Amino acid sequence: MATHSITVIVNGSAEFLTVPSSMTLLQMLREELALTGTKNGCEAGECGACTVLVDGEPVNSCMMLAVEVDGREVTTVEGLARLYGDGKQLSPLQEAFVEHNAVQCGFCTPGMLISAHALLERSPDPTEEEIREALVGNLCRCTGYLRIIQAVQTAAARKEEV
Amino acid sequence: MLARPGLPSFDYVRAGTADDVVRLLEEHGEAARLMMGGTDLFVGMRDGVARPRVVVDVKHLSGMRDVVYDEQARLTVGAAVTMNEIAHHPDVQAHYPLLAEAANSVASYQVRNRATIGGNLCNASPCADTVPVTLVLEGNVVLYGPGGERELPAGEFFTGPGETALGADELMTAIRYPALPPGAAGRYLKLGRSKIGDLAIVSVAVLGFPDNVAPSGYRFRVALGSVAPVVLRVSAAEEVLAENPPGEGGFALAAEQAVEAASPIDDVRGSAAYRVAMVRQLTRRGLREVWGQLRGT
Repeated sequence: MATHSITVIVNGSAEFLTVPSSMTLLQMLREELALTGTKNGCEAGECGACTVLVDGEPVNSCMMLAVEVDGREVTTVEGLARLYGDGKQLSPLQEAFVEHNAVQCGFCTPGMLISAHALLERSPDPTEEEIREALVGNLCRCTGYLRIIQAVQTAAARKEEV
Repeated sequence: MLARPGLPSFDYVRAGTADDVVRLLEEHGEAARLMMGGTDLFVGMRDGVARPRVVVDVKHLSGMRDVVYDEQARLTVGAAVTMNEIAHHPDVQAHYPLLAEAANSVASYQVRNRATIGGNLCNASPCADTVPVTLVLEGNVVLYGPGGERELPAGEFFTGPGETALGADELMTAIRYPALPPGAAGRYLKLGRSKIGDLAIVSVAVLGFPDNVAPSGYRFRVALGSVAPVVLRVSAAEEVLAENPPGEGGFALAAEQAVEAASPIDDVRGSAAYRVAMVRQLTRRGLREVWGQLRGT
């Protein structure tokens, strides 16, 4: 099987990797770079647990090849905090998830955070309906979604104040 | 290791030109598969339905990611333009809101960042969201093969579930939409198991516009998704609507023609009987809403 030499910025650091053709972005993150915050759920683009940002836009990393991110920038949940500060503090969205107990088992949380972050980037003051729409590709089997939606609303309100 | 293995092994090739793609298809035959967003192909590969040895990435070819709206008021959408790019493109929103609406109804935001219109058409699922609207907008697909480019009405492209008129050595490069008839209004209605995000159990696209030649003064185009082996244009319903003045009576007659045309199956998303009932409802609702737009109410 063919391999490919790629250069990719992951959470701000340049990575030089040799990846086989069929390696997914999800496998590259978890197995090559040990970034296990991104979760492997359905492997069919349904559950959103593997959602990451590629050039700032959310995608299902199980449905994208590692070779496709050559020359691009990837942000995982591990890199979310550094988009807001020195990376040592949680982002306002992460803080809001903690405050609202928007987490139970936590498996969906990294994907939820990435999708919600991307929503607030494109729509800083979303309605509840917009939040629900933006998170339709992120399944949660514990929380019933309500606390997650509240957390996103809180983060949005704080962003507005700044 | 992952709990479930990733994709079966293959060689990835990023094609540089359409002629490279044709050459690779000729060289590898059925062992090669074309890929853009991968949202259908990778699922098929994990399920063992597709087993390509070579995956040819065609989304970086020149023009494949372009949306061009020209002075003749026509729209050309590159085959690799994503659903989100279509849904948020100002020219599509302004002049083809029906297409934007359908693209925006596909799956989730993150899937729409990868899923492409060309992939949606070439995958040829009876429930593909961009197919009913492409049929009522009377779009043409642009195919490129060893003999160069050819253009085919979308209505002639779909030949069965997952089957199209695309030759073994061809790729789709673009979809061209003609200018809409003056005063046209459209609506895409999609019924899923959830309010948004699901595949269609039944979908209906309606386009209506004033037409002095038609006895009713209007023409409507109606297409149905998820209720037959291919997405259907319902010409019998369209004739009824050209003859009868727009209103509940004519819409009910047209809806019966839609029911007549549908030949749905039972599946995990809904029974055939339910689909028939919903074809009737959604056709009437779609016509009513388009008529409301036409009258300006």
